[in-house]
Amino acid sequence: MSAQTYSVSRDSQSAKVAAVLGVIVLIVLIAAPWWAGRADMRLMGEMFLYLSLACLWNLMAGYAGLVSVGQQAYVGFGGYMLFALTMFAGLPPLVAIVGAGVLGALISIPVAALIFRLRGAYFAIGTWVMAEVFRLSFAQVSSLGGGSGSSLPVGIVRSLAGSRSARESLAYWMALGAAVVVIAAVYLFLRSRRGLALTAIRDNELAAASLGIDVWRIKFVVYVVTGGLTAMLGALIFLQKLRISPDAAFSVNDWTAFVIFIVVIGGIGTLEGPIIGTLVFFALRETLADLGTIYLIVLGFVAIVVMLKAPRGVWGFVRERYDIQLFPLAYHVQKKPKTDK
Amino acid sequence: MDWVNAIVQGVLLGGLYALFAAGLSLIFGVMRLVNIAHGDFIVLSAYLGLTVITSTGMHPLLALIIVVPTMAAIGYFLQRGILNQTLGDDILPPLLVTFGLSVILQNLFLASYSADPQKMDAGALETASVSFAGLSLGILPLLTFGIAIVVIASLQYMFFCTSLGRAFRAVSDNQDIAQLMGLNKRHMFGLAMGIALGVTAIAGILLGIRTSFDPTAGSARLIFGFEAVIIGGLGNLWGTLAGGIILGVAQTIGAKIDPGWQLLSGHIAFLIVLAIRPQGLFPRVSG
Amino acid sequence: MPDPILSLKKLDAFYGDFQALYGVDMEMAEGEVIAIIGANGAGKSTLLRSISGLMRNESDQVNFLGKGIGAHRTDEIAALGLALVPEGRQLFPSLSVEENLLIGGRLNRKGPWDLQSVFDLFPVLKERRAYPSTALSGGQQQMVAIGRALMANPDLILFDEISLGLAPVTIKSIYDALPGIVGDGMSAIIVEQDISKALLVSDRVYCLMEGRVTLEGAADSISREAISHAYFGID
Repeated sequence: MSAQTYSVSRDSQSAKVAAVLGVIVLIVLIAAPWWAGRADMRLMGEMFLYLSLACLWNLMAGYAGLVSVGQQAYVGFGGYMLFALTMFAGLPPLVAIVGAGVLGALISIPVAALIFRLRGAYFAIGTWVMAEVFRLSFAQVSSLGGGSGSSLPVGIVRSLAGSRSARESLAYWMALGAAVVVIAAVYLFLRSRRGLALTAIRDNELAAASLGIDVWRIKFVVYVVTGGLTAMLGALIFLQKLRISPDAAFSVNDWTAFVIFIVVIGGIGTLEGPIIGTLVFFALRETLADLGTIYLIVLGFVAIVVMLKAPRGVWGFVRERYDIQLFPLAYHVQKKPKTDK
Repeated sequence: MDWVNAIVQGVLLGGLYALFAAGLSLIFGVMRLVNIAHGDFIVLSAYLGLTVITSTGMHPLLALIIVVPTMAAIGYFLQRGILNQTLGDDILPPLLVTFGLSVILQNLFLASYSADPQKMDAGALETASVSFAGLSLGILPLLTFGIAIVVIASLQYMFFCTSLGRAFRAVSDNQDIAQLMGLNKRHMFGLAMGIALGVTAIAGILLGIRTSFDPTAGSARLIFGFEAVIIGGLGNLWGTLAGGIILGVAQTIGAKIDPGWQLLSGHIAFLIVLAIRPQGLFPRVSG
Repeated sequence: MPDPILSLKKLDAFYGDFQALYGVDMEMAEGEVIAIIGANGAGKSTLLRSISGLMRNESDQVNFLGKGIGAHRTDEIAALGLALVPEGRQLFPSLSVEENLLIGGRLNRKGPWDLQSVFDLFPVLKERRAYPSTALSGGQQQMVAIGRALMANPDLILFDEISLGLAPVTIKSIYDALPGIVGDGMSAIIVEQDISKALLVSDRVYCLMEGRVTLEGAADSISREAISHAYFGID
């Protein structure tokens, strides 16, 4: 086998097809306010937000090996920062959303400094403790409603856009935009050199470290960036909910359990996984939600079975079977076309 | 005097927290597994106790006779049936599977018992107290603390003075070579989980007598147990007791300053230890 | 040979896709001491792992005391009377010297070996009995590892590279003690890179190269030349 007849590349046929399809889907989605009903738009907006949360959790857990069951800390923090920045600092909501993201990234630094002292499952529980600390702390802040929470003043809501339908379209586009930004950011990051280092860490941390990769530093960067983006998403989420309270803001179920479910079912450690997981999750929710607690029991059960029998999730199974990828991230050895002798 | 009383109450509370933590510590020591559903198993024991009491009318402490073996059996079969398959180098499977278990358990409680807080009635035991050096000490907290000491001493004895304990330590050191000694590691792990859930059952019954509990109470118990283990140091059961005591005292002192600060004070104490001495106060092994 | 205590029939072994043993055949009579020699990576340790159950194979590829144990679990095989002194000693760090020995004997099999007889064989261990096993020198740890295997009173004992990492004088003293161990009719397989020591204590020798048996013969009649050819594969 001579070096001249083979080449290494990341692109593949399926990725090119997926890219074209993706652009088409995106255009259709952007036009949604013109063809979708109000309820459908709300549902899709919710899906985009969960997709974003799942992509970020997947980046941390599936690539950096940081399994957090405490991301609700940043969701809630971002939500509260939105309220604080708009109500007390008078910032326009869209600016406040970005500000919440920045503040989220900032606060994640001391948090990381503390909990990075823990490893593995203890790290996970540590993140949960931090979320509890956040929850209890915000419950003490009476200017933000204390334990019972507060509502976003009408004036701030109105400042977003004139009519309700305009606000709903705006909320929808922001959610869609967030999803696009998060997926693009994660994809570009993974394609970069840092991302390559991260993938190496995912595959074998010890080997990666022996190659001179600063494992700690990369994990730290990933944690802070994820914290910031998650806080931004939290701000978006609570801008739409219009009301915040400690229990809702820092709910383990809403912001962690469901997100983990999405990533695990879809396929952890892949970029396509969270997309599939979100679709499956919402399909299940729309069909089963009436069953209340049974629905959650089924979710937990499915997650366990997937983790035991198909730990790579739906996408992992598909990828192994059919060897396709939609995001060109993996390297392939390809034959160069023969040149004439 | 009030402050002394708060500290003493905190110490006694630490006994309960040590019981929460003992099972967690044991499982991590033997098989490096952290059971995220641990707190929910404590609550399961409480609900089981409640069921036993309401159907037979027996005293909660007597219910231990039924609940402890039941939980031990659940632990053994849970380990052999599901959790053994998650063990390995990857930390994700045990974490996510036990997380799934936690979700299932909490919703099973919700479906079976409703969201209302429940409590087991132990009659006079709950309010009985004894006077000592100007302090009024509740019999139940004293009993709990005493039971915690007995349990930890028994576990230590088992680990270091019996052949079963030797087997546990060997399996935790080196699974392959332990098997060369004729040890069936899957059975060993099952036994360890059985013992851990048996201890958890004791903790759950005592919890259910002391305060009210509801389907979501497990999360807080897991966190208290975890904090006690980290403060005390991994791999040392007496250290876990010390950690529980420190946590309990931090909470009661915080509550004295402001009732809303009880939980937060405990977390702050934990974070301080994490910041200054992350390996814990009396560590024996590295995590 | 009358019913062999151990026989290997076309034994293959794989680490994932990599094949480490190719159709190894071997037979061993009761009371025999077999040496297995070969270069690094020849498959010697893989062979012992397959026999002791640390690696799973096809059931009939490994026969011990008439039973096909190739697919058995390690602990099941240990209960049948097979003990391994693992490569690199691999004592239990959480256990003291005495506890390491005691756990070796937990199967309570009948035989001449117990705590006292192991201490008679290696007196220095008696002095150090309460020490954590990691506090001993390499040679002493090797004694503990051997003692631990003996405590099981096995019918067949496997020694995996016991001279590795030890000073020559230590190796000599351990090998001097070996006849006392296997003299009682215990069957033994000794895997070694140190050929001269292996040949001195064994009845027959097998040589492995790249997963295949390249030589087999009586230890006292085999020539150095034949061994070199079989060991290195040069003609």
